[in-house]
Amino acid sequence: MTTTATGNVPPPAGAGEAGGTGGTGKSGPGARRSARRRPRLPGRLGRGALPYLFLLPALVLELLIHLTPMVVGVVMSFRELTRLYIHNWGEAPWSGLDNYRVAVDFDGPLGESLLHSFLVTCLFTVVSVGLSWLLGTAAAVLMQDRFRGRGLLRALFLTPYALPVYAAVITWAFVLQRDNGMLNHIVHDQLGLTDQPPFWLIGDNAFFSLVVISVWRNWPFAFLILTAALQNIPREVYEAAQIDGAGVWQQIRRITLPSVRPVNQVLVLVLFLWTFNDFNVPYLLFGKAAPDSADLISVHIYDSSFGTWNFGYGSAMSVLLLLFLLLVTAVYLVFTSRGRRAEDG
Amino acid sequence: MADTARATGRARRSPTAPPPSFVWTRRVVLTLLSLFAAAPIYVMLSSSLKPLRDVTGEFHWLPSGLTIRPYIDIWHTIPLAHYFVNSLIVAGCATLLSVAVAIFAAYAVSRYRFRGRRVFTVTVLSTQMFPGILFLLPLFLLFVNIGNTTGVALYGSRGGLILTYLTFSLPFSIWMLVGYFDSIPRGLDEAALIDGCGPAGALFRVVVPAAVPGIVAVAVYAFMTAWGEVLFASVMTNKTTRTLAVGLQGYATQTEVYWNQLMAASLVVSVPVVAGFLLLQRFLVAGLTAGSVK
Repeated sequence: MTTTATGNVPPPAGAGEAGGTGGTGKSGPGARRSARRRPRLPGRLGRGALPYLFLLPALVLELLIHLTPMVVGVVMSFRELTRLYIHNWGEAPWSGLDNYRVAVDFDGPLGESLLHSFLVTCLFTVVSVGLSWLLGTAAAVLMQDRFRGRGLLRALFLTPYALPVYAAVITWAFVLQRDNGMLNHIVHDQLGLTDQPPFWLIGDNAFFSLVVISVWRNWPFAFLILTAALQNIPREVYEAAQIDGAGVWQQIRRITLPSVRPVNQVLVLVLFLWTFNDFNVPYLLFGKAAPDSADLISVHIYDSSFGTWNFGYGSAMSVLLLLFLLLVTAVYLVFTSRGRRAEDG
Repeated sequence: MADTARATGRARRSPTAPPPSFVWTRRVVLTLLSLFAAAPIYVMLSSSLKPLRDVTGEFHWLPSGLTIRPYIDIWHTIPLAHYFVNSLIVAGCATLLSVAVAIFAAYAVSRYRFRGRRVFTVTVLSTQMFPGILFLLPLFLLFVNIGNTTGVALYGSRGGLILTYLTFSLPFSIWMLVGYFDSIPRGLDEAALIDGCGPAGALFRVVVPAAVPGIVAVAVYAFMTAWGEVLFASVMTNKTTRTLAVGLQGYATQTEVYWNQLMAASLVVSVPVVAGFLLLQRFLVAGLTAGSVK
């Protein structure tokens, strides 16, 4: 890698500059003539507009697609934005906190269903993230040493994560069909565990189906990240432990698991956010009619927004969701960072 | 040099063989995980080769007769090729643009100290945590209203979808490339600057060639993200711009679901991303190792 890079440095100076951006003029030839020992190039350029120029495309896009809509979303949540005003939402009357009042009025039908959906999502997230993390850790640790077929196994494990989500969910929907699915073929026909083939996509079972699919798709991600993290543990640490007489299990408990703790901090947070916000799996699995047991919050907001075209209320719920996620993230980061610092000290 | 140390470090091989308890745990756990991972994939593969009567009746592990009929029919039941092309255009453009934008941004963050650097990285990363649903509604309204006032059709067009998708992979791409660029010695591009390359010259002649694995990994991630996105595709597309994510639902009619065709189509649309991912996952792991996963 480095050899090819340095090989590129010497060629005639003019060629490189031709492709340069407008900002190059200032720093060009003068700097080269007085090639001092300490050129301080980055510092001097840093004061110019150059880094901002490099950032400009990313900034514009983030502004257009993320930040502006977010601000608009907050504004919308204070308006009575119903279907009458979709094409001219500037006309929608202000409604103050009305949308929020409806959302947190847990005695009213809308607030009650929102609370239910929120609780279902919490339970779903805890179970799914916990299992995904557990399976990912187990596989990464067990596959740290080389053995025959490891590469093949790794490819198999990563495939569910690589599949497009709709292909994966469609396949699972087929597996979970009551009359012609694979699961009931095992559970009912082959093992005879039930009198009647159970329904997996309606009623309370739908919750378990959702968890299984979510874990199936997410644990390879945990596996991937932890595999990368384990490669950073220097081999000498294990050798030293071995000389001291530590067995494999002790090495895992004393070396492997503690050294991936910083990665786990980020990994669990990312898994939490993805799972809590997951829209794809429930939407593809149930369409617009998610059973109560599997009414995740994203689909809940989507359905009540596009079902009734009440975007004001939908935005209010989204803002509440974001506030909740911000709160959890902040508490989580403070909590886990403090725990780690206390351990180090 | 750090690379060689890492290369030897990754292959932790104990000179003594692991104890039987470890070997057996490994066998059992990995076998169970393999079954869990493979079962749906097996169903997808085997059902795609079954005649329709096999998938409407009771499930069987083996097809009553192998047929490639579903792979022919999928192209006629719905305009699959059309959706496929739409997905290719949208995901391809989003990937190219996203990688290009991320390279510039990551270079600025990695090589320059400027006012607002931290604010930028934190803001960009935190957009990752926003629920998609939060900006779906406003973005929908924005696109509709931009169309009404300026005549630029973003809603329902591929352009709108490309713009949206490219920002989805941007935070991760920037974050990963910053880590990658940081691992390339500064001396290299400083030497290039002294030799008279402009900053852009240093970026494209020195930093980019040295970061190819990281860039490939980021591109794979961006393509996967765009190829698999459902939420925005279901709202922002119309009949002509519909992507695979929405189009595949067409195999379910009022009366019947063509499961064998659905499985065949799922397989066909998965092959490009799965093959790409599995071929290039090495780079992704390397990129994550070099990057901030430490």
